[in-house]
Amino acid sequence: MRDMKTIYKRPAIFREGAPTLYCGGCGHGIVGNIIGELVEELDLYDDGIMVWPIGCSNLAERYIDFDMMFGLHGRAPAVATGIKRAEPNKFVMVYQGDGDMASEGLAEIISAAIRGEKFSVIFMNNSVFGMTGAQMAPTTLMDQVTTTSPTGRMRDNAGYPVKMAELVATQEGVIYSERCTVSSPANIAACKRAIKKIFELQLSGADGMGFVEILSPCPTGWKMKPVKALEWIDQEMTKVYPLGVIKDTTKDILKEG
Amino acid sequence: MGKKIFMQGNEALAEAAIRAGCKLYFGYPITPSSETLEYYADIMRDRPEENIIVIQAETEVSASNMIAGAAAAGHRAMSATSGPGFSLMQEAISYMAGADLPGVIVNFMRPGPGDGEITAAQGDYFQAVKGGGHGDYNTLVLAPASVQEMCELMQECFILAEKYHNPVILLSDATIGKMKESVELPGYLEVPEPSKQYNALRGCGREGTPHMVSTLADGALMWEAFNERLQKKFKKIKENEQRYEAYHLEDAEIVLVAYGSMARVCESAMELAREEGRKVGMIRPISLWPFPVEPFEGKHDRKYLVCELSAGQMVEDVKLSVESKKDVSFYGKLGGATPSPKQVLEQIRKMG
Repeated sequence: MRDMKTIYKRPAIFREGAPTLYCGGCGHGIVGNIIGELVEELDLYDDGIMVWPIGCSNLAERYIDFDMMFGLHGRAPAVATGIKRAEPNKFVMVYQGDGDMASEGLAEIISAAIRGEKFSVIFMNNSVFGMTGAQMAPTTLMDQVTTTSPTGRMRDNAGYPVKMAELVATQEGVIYSERCTVSSPANIAACKRAIKKIFELQLSGADGMGFVEILSPCPTGWKMKPVKALEWIDQEMTKVYPLGVIKDTTKDILKEG
Repeated sequence: MGKKIFMQGNEALAEAAIRAGCKLYFGYPITPSSETLEYYADIMRDRPEENIIVIQAETEVSASNMIAGAAAAGHRAMSATSGPGFSLMQEAISYMAGADLPGVIVNFMRPGPGDGEITAAQGDYFQAVKGGGHGDYNTLVLAPASVQEMCELMQECFILAEKYHNPVILLSDATIGKMKESVELPGYLEVPEPSKQYNALRGCGREGTPHMVSTLADGALMWEAFNERLQKKFKKIKENEQRYEAYHLEDAEIVLVAYGSMARVCESAMELAREEGRKVGMIRPISLWPFPVEPFEGKHDRKYLVCELSAGQMVEDVKLSVESKKDVSFYGKLGGATPSPKQVLEQIRKMG
């Protein structure tokens, strides 16, 4: 027994005895865990503030212990701008879903990118409005059936899927943009590396916004078994939303730091 | 101290806010409020030691949500706007009332609905006073009648917002915002340390109790409790913050009721009527919410003439405050024109 070492434990950010309320196979829990681990690893408790959106992810209020603000639909980047401009030395993380960011919040995220706000943005793309019942989102794939696109997404009334990681990367104020997924252990590890990178960039005082888009499963909304949902990400979503680093103007920043 | 200068309303208001310790201004240009944003931007350039931060937001929606964020971090923050911009801010104002955030917003009223003119009006009374956003909430609403009073109330807004953890609206109009008037600027206020402010986000530390700013609850019971807690806040404001100015009420048979720039016209009309031997007085509400009911209560021997630059909005609150609503008449001017004292006097004469 004396030789036993703790090699992994539940991140302390998760409230004792509080279960998460996500559906089986949901991606929010995986990314929440990554955030919790990074809060420990980078010691973000003393000066960290999180801004959460409207959507399933704001269930975080019920099991995460951290200084947090829950903005209205789409407004998280504006709220975070207020916090970061008032307290530039605090670490500020923004977490948004695609229903929140890519439709009603498009002005807020693009304008925050234009201004080069120095906070870290995690964007969860599960191709639907999850919390309200899997309606079509701007990220819904062509021909994908949702409760508001019963014959599949059509070009005539809904246009085409929006590629947020590429869109924000067009702004000079964005210093790093990467798309990841949580469809396999290797992809989860890559996702953690990407989030850690934008967190470290912010902590180093880098001049601009770090952005990570995550293709995330919504088995309930997609009416798929969890394993099938992960396969669908790999086989269908990544065709429209390719994984990888889209923009990196920071190659030397962290080394110097 | 005591030095009077000649200054435009918008600019004097901005200087008063800076001296109230409001370092963060989130704005969007709109006539007749743009000079407040411009003044703040000039001071950011000219007085770097004041650490002013001005962000010209993409929309008034964002500007007001930035205020919410800065207020959540314990800082004084504000914006000034007008009609259409004020409509866009209602979502965040509702949020701030629910989340106990002390944001401060100035609305220089202009005529509407829709786009509207850029002259003075008072048609946003309902929107400001009855809660223009969703849900059961109220905001404190203060209405100045001069550039001097606007400066003093501007500073008061921040103190009241922090006292009650609630947004405060300074409801002014284009006349007071755009005119130049002699003003004695108020001094600098002591500002509490941001991290010491109520529930301010600051980083809770590994062992500390986290601070959460939200309007979330779970189920009817929690939502009821959430709302009842808010109603207690509004009740306390209602009990403590009714403000008004009264003129010649001791012998008045006809009492004019007006606020903002319209009150100045009515004050002159009252003097003209008194010169004719008419016993005319005036009540000028300064807090529009809570509405000052005290000067109306228990009085049976007066008639009231409510004068507004609208089709009749505050008149409803006067009718709710008086003993008999039959005693209440209304005179309104629409579309951005301000009546002369003589026009109000004619209305007084009609009342006998």
